[in-house]
Amino acid sequence: MNKNTNLQLEVCNLEVHYDGIQALHGVSFTINKGEIVTLIGANGAGKSSILRAISGITPFNGDIIFEGQNLKSVPAHAIVGLGIAHVPEGRGVFGNLTVKENLQLATWQRKDKEAINSDYEHIFTLFPKLKLRARQLAGTLSGGEQQMLVVGRALMSRAQLLLLDEPSMGLAPKLVQDIFSIIQEINAAGTTVLLVEQNANMALRIATRAYVLEVGHVVLTGSGLDLLGNPRIKAAYLGT
Amino acid sequence: MSEGIIYWLQQALNALQLGSIYALIALGYTMVYGILTMINFAHGDVFMIGAFFCFLLSSTLNLTFVPTLLLTMIGTAILGVLIERLAYKPLRQAPRVSAIITALGVGMFLENFTLALAPYPKHIPMLLENVTWNFYGITLSSIQLVIISLSLGLMLLLDYIVQRTTIGMAMRAISWDKTFVPLMGIPVDFIISITFAIGAGLAGAAGTMYALAYPVIDPYMGIMVGWKAFICAVVGGIGNIRGAMAGAFILGTVEIMVVAFFPSTFRDFVAFTLLMVLIMVRPYGILGKPRIQKV
Repeated sequence: MNKNTNLQLEVCNLEVHYDGIQALHGVSFTINKGEIVTLIGANGAGKSSILRAISGITPFNGDIIFEGQNLKSVPAHAIVGLGIAHVPEGRGVFGNLTVKENLQLATWQRKDKEAINSDYEHIFTLFPKLKLRARQLAGTLSGGEQQMLVVGRALMSRAQLLLLDEPSMGLAPKLVQDIFSIIQEINAAGTTVLLVEQNANMALRIATRAYVLEVGHVVLTGSGLDLLGNPRIKAAYLGT
Repeated sequence: MSEGIIYWLQQALNALQLGSIYALIALGYTMVYGILTMINFAHGDVFMIGAFFCFLLSSTLNLTFVPTLLLTMIGTAILGVLIERLAYKPLRQAPRVSAIITALGVGMFLENFTLALAPYPKHIPMLLENVTWNFYGITLSSIQLVIISLSLGLMLLLDYIVQRTTIGMAMRAISWDKTFVPLMGIPVDFIISITFAIGAGLAGAAGTMYALAYPVIDPYMGIMVGWKAFICAVVGGIGNIRGAMAGAFILGTVEIMVVAFFPSTFRDFVAFTLLMVLIMVRPYGILGKPRIQKV
């Protein structure tokens, strides 16, 4: 086997337990630089647990190697500094902080003041609504605006790998379209994306590759388009 | 000015002095509650330790007021961080009652440790020259002036830190939801330590100022003052910094007014009764908001 120099993240035999209940039973997969990889599966398949393990907010067994570094003993706040940003499920804005403060928080580890200021401008051009509401408390935003805020906030950390957990959840179809095209835009600008989605149809359309999870195991893998045409996937996740 | 107005202004000044000391202590309760939803019942005893630090520095080392105040604040800040690291942090995932019992235990430890070393009440030397000024019949002492202006200065500084700096922003984020704060690259334990350091440092300042006004100190002095400051924090809306300041000035005013009208033994009884009524009417405090319990 020739060594893959494009490899960015390697997950080997990942196991996660919550209070004695095993959520992941030895999951392995890889992500290459510049890809959009999506994890699809039903509720409880363990998709969110994978993201939580990668970003360090859930303890795990097995190995997660990012850019050659094992993340096992790296605390969550230091993982952000290595270049991984996690947009958690259910948005997770800090509702008692303003929109601007939410964005500013994600720059905690950055010292490049000028680049930070130009990044605010970049976020505000991606999401013009956030600029209008910059001084407003994040808790007063609509669901779609909050989703934009958490994506923008993740970008403020200048991540190389963006972990997105259910970015379309609870959004109107038009907004889902918007969010997906922004994900593609972010990816085109050079950020690798690991996307967890219930909306398998949309996710597979933009994904380079996909992994299908069932009760804590990877059961199928392939390119996004292959899986879109796979009869088993159609029946189980696409509802056609 | 008429006698009545002079009398009321004098009482208001006294209330401001008492409220300032309560406020400095109440802030520590409310900040820790804000980020850990835990009541640090040892906090009143940190205030007491502050008064004893002040005694050691001023009588043993013969330091003047400013170095005494600063070193006392640094000393209690370190004590606050140590208490959190050694006693509370190991219990962060434990049931809340364990942390509360531990906090009570830490408080008793501090009281009895101090009692073992200092079995008799101590007299603090005169740290400031006591000058009194008279404005149209209202007397203001230099000690009062120092207590009120220093407390207000510290409160403004704290408000600035919490509202305007990134550390304060991180504290507010933790009080909203701790789980996702590390995803911003923020070390939560560090912010918690800073919070304990600030809260305990303010209690140290309160201990020093209390010792200025009432220069006889003993190991149990923190209990009653601590309870009252805790009540100030609850009345203002626990977790809310401006609320703690408001609650402290309300309690200070109530106590001074009760003594103005009733025998002084009525003070705590009337104060606590009024506060209980207020809690019945507004259980989440004056500036607190009812938080919807997340499921």
